[in-house]
Amino acid sequence: MSMQQRVIQHENLLKFLGEIISSGKQLYAPQKKAEKTYFLPASDVHSIVFDYIQTAESPKELLFPKTERMLSYEQVDGKLKMIDHAEGEIFPERVLFGSHPCDAVALKTLTDFFRHDVPDAFTQKRQDSLTVISVSCIKADDNCFCTSVGTSPGDTEGSDILLTPIGNAKYYVEVMTEKGQSLFAAHEKYFENSDIISKDKYLTKMSEVFSSSEVTARLSKAFDHPIWSDASLRCLGCGACAYVCPVCSCFDIQDEGTDKKGDRLRCWDSCGFSLFTLHTSGHNPRKNQSDRWRQRVMHKFSYMPERYELLGCVGCGRCSRACPADMNIKEQLKEITEKIEG
Amino acid sequence: MSSSNIYKPYLMQIEKVIDEAPGVKTFRLRFTNDADKEQFNFTTGQFGEYSVFGEGESTFCIASSPTRKDYIECTFRQAGRVTSALAQKEEGDVIGFRGPYGNIFPLEEWYGKNLLFIAGGIALPPLRSVIWNVLDLRDKFNDVTILYGARSVADLVYKQELDEWGKRSDVKLVTTVDPGGETPDWKGKVGFVPSVLDWMEPSSENTIAIVCGPPVMIKFTFPELLKLGFTPDTIFTTLENRMKCGVGKCGRCNVGKVYVCKDGPVFTYKQLQELPAEY
Repeated sequence: MSMQQRVIQHENLLKFLGEIISSGKQLYAPQKKAEKTYFLPASDVHSIVFDYIQTAESPKELLFPKTERMLSYEQVDGKLKMIDHAEGEIFPERVLFGSHPCDAVALKTLTDFFRHDVPDAFTQKRQDSLTVISVSCIKADDNCFCTSVGTSPGDTEGSDILLTPIGNAKYYVEVMTEKGQSLFAAHEKYFENSDIISKDKYLTKMSEVFSSSEVTARLSKAFDHPIWSDASLRCLGCGACAYVCPVCSCFDIQDEGTDKKGDRLRCWDSCGFSLFTLHTSGHNPRKNQSDRWRQRVMHKFSYMPERYELLGCVGCGRCSRACPADMNIKEQLKEITEKIEG
Repeated sequence: MSSSNIYKPYLMQIEKVIDEAPGVKTFRLRFTNDADKEQFNFTTGQFGEYSVFGEGESTFCIASSPTRKDYIECTFRQAGRVTSALAQKEEGDVIGFRGPYGNIFPLEEWYGKNLLFIAGGIALPPLRSVIWNVLDLRDKFNDVTILYGARSVADLVYKQELDEWGKRSDVKLVTTVDPGGETPDWKGKVGFVPSVLDWMEPSSENTIAIVCGPPVMIKFTFPELLKLGFTPDTIFTTLENRMKCGVGKCGRCNVGKVYVCKDGPVFTYKQLQELPAEY
């Protein structure tokens, strides 16, 4: 249930976003770079693009940067000093505009995962200072499958404010959270009153290709199934799928610097890389690419649901679009429900 | 570690360096901050992330017993980037340590039982923590037997402690080296651990077996134990998958749905039988 519902005209939306920038908050919005659309810091609202199906990269960097400087160290007068970047660091107020509902769900999944059991301060602090204004989908392509993984083109989950284009350069506005409410309240003049409307007729129609709970159930018995090697023969192990995935959160910890001065960094990593699980002894528990492909699917659709009651996929389709070897996660999941016995 | 930064290590000073075997060292580490020392606690079986600033972190067990307060010890073989940098460190140098992480050996469940420790090579350190814990609470346990083997006499770690355990009347110690690894004055057995176990014929009655060693030793020791009448739920071991975070986040140490850093490193053979072969 939304806290508020309104309507906003496109030109007022631009003014609203412009005010966010001038208020000193960092606005991340879809913009073109080398023919592709990315969430980039916006300084001019006229550079924001609205006509896109999916950005090339997900907005996960706003919670989980490619490189997080977790601490720095320095030798001072022969003593080692550490600077803790989770404490005392200013995490800037940010507004993400233009994420689709799948990405907003993914941001919530990331937040919940990093908060689970041993809370991770970096992701939490970045989440605390982030407000998410999503836009429902009125278009999709063959790689999209959100309705098969429990979300939908107008899902409000994970968004602080959700806009749904309703034609005539207007958006239906649902304010979902306290964070959304405070942003809305500060710029209320741009919004018009509205009754609660049914969004469905404005949204893209997307049929369910498979049931994710069915996938999860089949995977519990599928560890040794031949499907993995068949499916991954052409996998290059390049990690592009993990790079563009809005949910993939595996990371490496590395030092950069000398023994006198440097940083301890958290960097994105991928289960697709052969080095990911390689022991110092040379032994590798996942020695074949098929073992690593299985891990990717199992992690998202079996281990995450079982351990955290989270699904590691939101159906955004980025991995299928990015794969240089044409691997297609939607087809793979459909095949799992068809070929692996329940 | 009062910070919310779960990746921030304690700063530990190396108090003592012991050369155990070629390429193998033990460090005794003390907290540089008294407040850290006061609130630090661990239980036998747990591990940590040891770091050399500028090189990175490496995962190994805490090799000392929690009954020995004020310090922790680790034993490592110089193998990769971080352990090679660690091996260069000297007494007085400061390194990082995060932990303790992982589950524990259920010592309290073993009160009143016989304990049979079986270790191979560089895998004695995790058991050494348990052994000293048990010996420091000796009255609570029945017979204590230790079978330890290494490739050669030079490769045996904790030589001084082996002498000490060998002299105790309340410990039965059997040491062995692989054929060809003996020296002229070697007084222990010559043979692989599983064969020596077969020769020892320990009773499985009211006994827990705790086994740590290289994969090939484990592979042949488990069937030997089953033959002796041990059931899979009375055989304990530890898994050592590659790790980075130690706290269930970085996503690489899992064996199927089980995370070695959270659900392990201690497992029973029964638990391992239910896991896919991904370790």
